[in-house]
Amino acid sequence: MSLRFTKDHEWIKVDGKIGTVGITQYAQAQLGDIVFVEVPAAGRALKAGGEAAVVESVKAASEVYTPVSGTVKEGNANLPDAPQTVNEDPQGAGWFFKVELSDPGELDGLMDQAAYDKYIAELSA
Amino acid sequence: MRYLPLSEANRRDMLAQIGVASVDELFRDLPKKALAAAQFDLPRTMSEIEVERALGVMAAKNMNCATSAAFLGCGNYRHHTPASADYLIQRGEFLTAYTPYQPEISQGTLQAIFEFQTQVALITGMEIANASMYDGATACAEAVAMACRVTKRSHALVSGRVHPHYHDVAKTQMKFLDVNVECLAPDPYGVEDLIGRVSPDLACVVVQTPGFFGQLSDYTALGEACHKAGVLLVACVTEPVSLGLVKSPGAMGADIVVGEGQSLAGPMTFGGPGVGLFATREKFLRQMPGRLCGETTDEDGRRGWVLTLSTREQHIRREKATSNICTNSGLIALAFSVHMTLLGEAGFTRLAELNHATACDLADKLEGVKGVKLLPSAFFNEFTLALPKPAAGVVEALAKKGVLGGVPVSRFYPTYPELANLLVVCATETNSAEDQVKLVKALNEVLS
Amino acid sequence: MTLPTTASGHKGLQLEQGLIFEQDTPGMTAVDLPSLPTSKQRLGDMNRNGPIGLPGLSEPEVVRHYTRLSQKNYSIDSGFYPLGSCTMKHNPRLNEKMARLPGFAEIHPFQPVSTAQGAMELIDTCARWLTELTGMAAVAMSPAAGAHGEFCGLMCIHAAHDANGQSQRKVIIVPESAHGTNPATAALCGYTVESIPANAEGRVDIADLRAKLKEHGDTVAAVMITNPNTCGLFERECIEIADAVHAAGAYFYMDGANFNAIVGRLRIADLGVDAMHINLHKTFSTPHGGGGPGAGPTVLSAKLAPFAPVPMVVKAGEGYVSEEHAGYGTAKQALGRMKGYHGQFGVFVRALSYMMSMGVDGLKQASGDAVLNANYLMARLSAELTPAFAGPCMHECVFDDRFLKGTGVTTLDIAKALIDEGFHPPTMYFPLVVHGALLIEPTETESKQALDQFVTSLLSLARKAKEGRAAEFQAAPQLSPRRRLDETKAARRPILRWTPSATDGAKQAAE
Repeated sequence: MSLRFTKDHEWIKVDGKIGTVGITQYAQAQLGDIVFVEVPAAGRALKAGGEAAVVESVKAASEVYTPVSGTVKEGNANLPDAPQTVNEDPQGAGWFFKVELSDPGELDGLMDQAAYDKYIAELSA
Repeated sequence: MRYLPLSEANRRDMLAQIGVASVDELFRDLPKKALAAAQFDLPRTMSEIEVERALGVMAAKNMNCATSAAFLGCGNYRHHTPASADYLIQRGEFLTAYTPYQPEISQGTLQAIFEFQTQVALITGMEIANASMYDGATACAEAVAMACRVTKRSHALVSGRVHPHYHDVAKTQMKFLDVNVECLAPDPYGVEDLIGRVSPDLACVVVQTPGFFGQLSDYTALGEACHKAGVLLVACVTEPVSLGLVKSPGAMGADIVVGEGQSLAGPMTFGGPGVGLFATREKFLRQMPGRLCGETTDEDGRRGWVLTLSTREQHIRREKATSNICTNSGLIALAFSVHMTLLGEAGFTRLAELNHATACDLADKLEGVKGVKLLPSAFFNEFTLALPKPAAGVVEALAKKGVLGGVPVSRFYPTYPELANLLVVCATETNSAEDQVKLVKALNEVLS
Repeated sequence: MTLPTTASGHKGLQLEQGLIFEQDTPGMTAVDLPSLPTSKQRLGDMNRNGPIGLPGLSEPEVVRHYTRLSQKNYSIDSGFYPLGSCTMKHNPRLNEKMARLPGFAEIHPFQPVSTAQGAMELIDTCARWLTELTGMAAVAMSPAAGAHGEFCGLMCIHAAHDANGQSQRKVIIVPESAHGTNPATAALCGYTVESIPANAEGRVDIADLRAKLKEHGDTVAAVMITNPNTCGLFERECIEIADAVHAAGAYFYMDGANFNAIVGRLRIADLGVDAMHINLHKTFSTPHGGGGPGAGPTVLSAKLAPFAPVPMVVKAGEGYVSEEHAGYGTAKQALGRMKGYHGQFGVFVRALSYMMSMGVDGLKQASGDAVLNANYLMARLSAELTPAFAGPCMHECVFDDRFLKGTGVTTLDIAKALIDEGFHPPTMYFPLVVHGALLIEPTETESKQALDQFVTSLLSLARKAKEGRAAEFQAAPQLSPRRRLDETKAARRPILRWTPSATDGAKQAAE
């Protein structure tokens, strides 16, 4: 399935019961050079909208919220040692964590690409 | 007024430029009611010589340790400060600079902090240290808070051989958080069983080395017991000169070392300002409080220093910060660092040896005083004596003879009558043989 | 003209200096000590084993090292330091001289109180100045700095609510423009923070505040407001704010970081304040020392005074006693101890030396000149810059970055270019509520000539930006001991101490 987005600039891509979550191109550009990433450990229970990960640039720190509820399957183990991956490829290799969805219905409340593009266009205006 | 450069002519010109008739107009947003009510019963401006006289009179009312035989410790120590150290910290470029937020024009302060961080890490036997906290007691409270963050537990156990002010400050600081700071009873005889109390519900065990009552204890086994239970060992050092001679907390397995740097930084100044030392293991870096200086390069590739990892701090993380600390103790940290640099490895070791030898010499002499018993079997430069009568009165009587003979334990523990006869005595390189003879003679007279 | 490169790396009077660890002569020391009185040891088995790794230097090397380091610093002694919110005023050397009197420097916190009556008198006199200048009932002297004073004030408020059976009060209301320490301190008290926005005038909107108070009802513990606020403006409706806060059963905490603007003109007690910390290292001229130490005595209303932390100096007959234990005597309800010993005594000496020098008349003149200087800068700089709010301002003025729109130059670029002009940059990007903020606080100890020089530089930079010369800014600073430093690199791979291998790496990088 295609990407879904939150107003906090997270994206999620779902494959079967597993969703992969990261921050958007727009979010990484706003943060600037990312220097630190903390990803959740496998097995952690997440609730939609709750804090799941941390991302920091030199002058800003931000929480990454999970778009959906579920159980963490895997945090991206490469990020803590190579946080710049989030700048370089935010919607690919810079993913934060994979989560097993407990309520796929939550996806309906998220934006699709067109809606998100419109949303950030309004923010930048 | 000598500190105000504007002349009346300047003020008139500036008001005209602003377009108002008077300075009072600039204060028009202040409530009239409050302006009208303002009355101050305070003196008017004084010349430099008048201030010197008035404060000189106040200062002269104190008995000072430089001109009397003084043997006072308990977390605050009189050591000799090399003349160049006090000169260097009074250079205006250090003294009157702000926190180095603009690194291009603050490399001096930043490099000095980087060197300070390294020195603190080296002497405590730890991997990293921060740019300083307010003092040892608040650093200890921050260590307890950090241990709670690291372990996600909320129970701290504090040894009865830790400085009572460190207890009290940790307890006060955690007062309104759900953290139980359990302080054990004062332990001048070294009988408490810390290992037996280690349990997996503890965030940390806090100890002090050398102990508040002077005794030296090896906490290596305690550290091992703590680590088996996932508990952090926090070690306080109130006399960092000891680290020149004594096994470091890092070598005992401490996870966080906090301390008071005053003893190496400069005069006692009635206990403040001091400088809080804070060192830990690299793996806990993100949970550390306070400023950190790190190495980097500038646009031309030259080595330089910046404040770094500031997303832990209040000005960025706000309510999620690791601490609310902002101003720290920069200048006192510089004084500490300059003195350490002057000493070097050889001088630091020698200073520690001299302190210990002086204290051993004094202990020998005091053990000869009738009715006096020395408590600790092993100590660095201070020790506790059991006197045949209450120590508070003895100290007052000694003071009348021009001797500041120690600190009565009852000053800290007034509700423990069984400790009333205990006196903590300290000797440093500043105590001459004549001073020691004076103390022994006076004590003999007071006790007879 | 291009600058020549030198073999040494030095540039005339700009002298490069390596780390002390790179100047090690093993066994060297700059401190000679007398011989040992005895060779006996009573260390048990606690001897250190193995070297520490400290470098050995001689005295001339150490003096040169720190002298060269000092020359890489900007300071208030050497130039204009208009850091908004930081009050970088002249630090009189008389204060230093007084703090070094043996009767103050060479006294021990635990010598008998009977032998330290002068120290007690000094603390009491300093306390009297602070309560008189604020009109408040009491002052807790021990907090070590501003944030520590905030902590003291909020803890007193917490203790007072608890004593009144109001423990459900857990919310602190703070304006968005507040210093970061305010929310951080609230969290240390177990409180949650609710923020209120600033209105278009840069002030607290009392209607918003009333709504917030109503919304949170009897869970509001206190409202914390900086006044003058971080936009450099006086909260005109301060008394109404205090009344609303009190009517809601909460306390009014005023952040005293900006007390320098109003000292000697009004007493904060007359504004309805319950607690305020005073940064002695700002308003009362004690040196910042490259980051500290400061002192943050906290003045308290009669309702909060019983909860003040120990120690406290208490007048007893002709002399003084020191109340050092919570739960006893005058400290019966004290919330505990916040700091070791008697607080930042050495800072009290310096602050008192300053207050006595200024006198109440001098302090009033000082706040007047501080506000005059700020308004003068605002008036003159408005020729090219865009003030964020209408004046008059108090002791500091804030500009936003509208004047840079479309120039490709940022607030940071302006700040870095000011370094080349020989000035310390103002506070940048704070307060957060002002876009691209430049917060300028001249203080009263700058001459008109110094202000005019700064204006000339800043106006010329603004014009340069508008002329499309953005590239020149991005290279700035070029004339400082270091150019822009790579903060990303520092944070991604933190090097927080010297190690032998790290230095070898640095050497290789240099070659």
